[in-house]
Amino acid sequence: MPGTLRIAYKLLVNDRAKFVTLLVGITFAVFLMIQMTSLFTGVLGRASATVINIGASIWVMDPAVQTVANTIPLPDYILDEVRSIPGVKYAVPFYSGGALVKLKSGAYQAVNIVGLDDTSLFGRPQLVAGEIDDIFAENAFFAVDDSEFRKLENPKIGTEFELNDHRGMIVGIARVATSGLFGVPTLYTTYNRALQYLPNTRFTISYILVEPKSTKDAQFIKQQVAKAGYLALTKDEFMSKISTFYKYQTGIGTNLMLMTVISFIVGLSISGQTFYTFILENIEKFGALKAIGAKGRELIAMILFQASFVALTGYGLGIGLCALVIALARLQLPDYAATITFPNLALAFVMVVIIAGVSSYFGVRRVLRIEPFDIFRG
Amino acid sequence: MAAPAIQATGLNKWFGEGDTKTYAVKDVNFEANFGEMLYVVGPSGSGKTTMLSMISGILRPNSGSVKIENTDIWGLPDDGIAEFRLHKIGFVFQDYHLFPRLTTAENVAIPLVLQKRDWDEAIEEARRDLDIVGLKNRADLPPVKLSGGEQQRVAIARAIVSRPDILILDEPTASLDGDTGRTIVSFVRNNILNEHRCIVIVTHDARIFEFADRILKMEDGRLTGIDKGATNGQ
Repeated sequence: MPGTLRIAYKLLVNDRAKFVTLLVGITFAVFLMIQMTSLFTGVLGRASATVINIGASIWVMDPAVQTVANTIPLPDYILDEVRSIPGVKYAVPFYSGGALVKLKSGAYQAVNIVGLDDTSLFGRPQLVAGEIDDIFAENAFFAVDDSEFRKLENPKIGTEFELNDHRGMIVGIARVATSGLFGVPTLYTTYNRALQYLPNTRFTISYILVEPKSTKDAQFIKQQVAKAGYLALTKDEFMSKISTFYKYQTGIGTNLMLMTVISFIVGLSISGQTFYTFILENIEKFGALKAIGAKGRELIAMILFQASFVALTGYGLGIGLCALVIALARLQLPDYAATITFPNLALAFVMVVIIAGVSSYFGVRRVLRIEPFDIFRG
Repeated sequence: MAAPAIQATGLNKWFGEGDTKTYAVKDVNFEANFGEMLYVVGPSGSGKTTMLSMISGILRPNSGSVKIENTDIWGLPDDGIAEFRLHKIGFVFQDYHLFPRLTTAENVAIPLVLQKRDWDEAIEEARRDLDIVGLKNRADLPPVKLSGGEQQRVAIARAIVSRPDILILDEPTASLDGDTGRTIVSFVRNNILNEHRCIVIVTHDARIFEFADRILKMEDGRLTGIDKGATNGQ
């Protein structure tokens, strides 16, 4: 490390009070920024849980659908029409809906029922206990072992429950990629059993799941579905639509964005002000360095190094703190929806760079303005 | 004959323009030689500090020239002047301007660090110079743990660590009691001054005049006289 940067480092870390204040300011800001954005990412991921877990390439739905949970049943003839579109490899009906189950203890529990196409079981989950064929047995359901599993009183194969006065039985335990947003357990069964057990409207298909013959066919399929007055979206488009809904049509996105901006402003204020005070306290010393023979660019490098060192250390501590808080939260709340992703980290990094840049900008300006002559004048 | 250490010719510095134009230094000419301890004295506002700043390459004069060992320092580019100061001139500031968060040795090593010398080597040389000023056992303490006189000696060690030809001391006794002030200047005279170095001291402390070879008197920005010091050049 060049000697001037070593001096800068010692000036910074040996001023314990200011160094700690700077670190706390940036760490706290980074923690809040990452916490808020990862919470939002987690919420968005959970909101698309069904789309992710089922994994269909194309979803056909009513154009008014905004999220996967907000289903608008489709008429049966649409299924036939979709199946007749050239480029469709296969298309299957899919049921998704809420229900109340009466557990063995007598307690009632809200659940999400997923009904898979009886013929193909397209979108079936990975089983960790039981056999896939058992889903065709009488009253058969698979329970998903996710963070909500315990709400079903930790069922085993053979556990019974009631659903709309129908007897239900757990015949398999499954795992899925991601849990749902609403904190309710998920039960998988066949499409026809779901219709049989649950009260329904005249139309019954929640979504039509489509697999195109090739990715090039997707566009044509979407056009043909649109001609029929319905909407076909690829998996990514559907997830994006769900994200857009939560971002802009609920308060979640706005509030989390506000919290992120506030965290940024708080971090900028604390760090900027403390760093500027730190520079001001050393301004005569910087002037003395200039008088001795330090060049402007060397002083700028020293200040930028100090700001970057504080920013990067605070950034690392903030990430660590956020990861720790999420881990601790999950010990108590298994369905705590927060996911730290690279884009979250990148966003926080950009904000930290801005904080460091703004903080050092004012310091650099002040240091460049000080004249060595002022040091002689006292 | 060797070139003078410092040669100031027709130095002028004014601030403001038109009706507000005020001369801080007016038509100053003098020379200082190697092996000489030169004082610049005068009342507050007489232009001592302004003149000192101009001869040390810190404040650009409006007219006139300053030659140090025949180099016209104000003919150099800005970075060149900074580089010249770093290698040729040592400063002892009135308030010392030591970094309280660095150790005494690290403070002394700063000019060497700015010269891009190896850190360990610079610290080693700083310790050697702290030994010269009698503060070897204070090398690892922060300056705030030292007395005023000791801090002054640290500042002197910092000024001489890069072996400059010119040493500039600005009011070196202003923050010290009479005895300590005399001790410090006596120390500088006996241990720091040599035939390859010129020392310029700005002061209005008459108690240390006895150590001067020559005394330049300033008033209202003008050089009003040059006295032989008490040492009479000895």
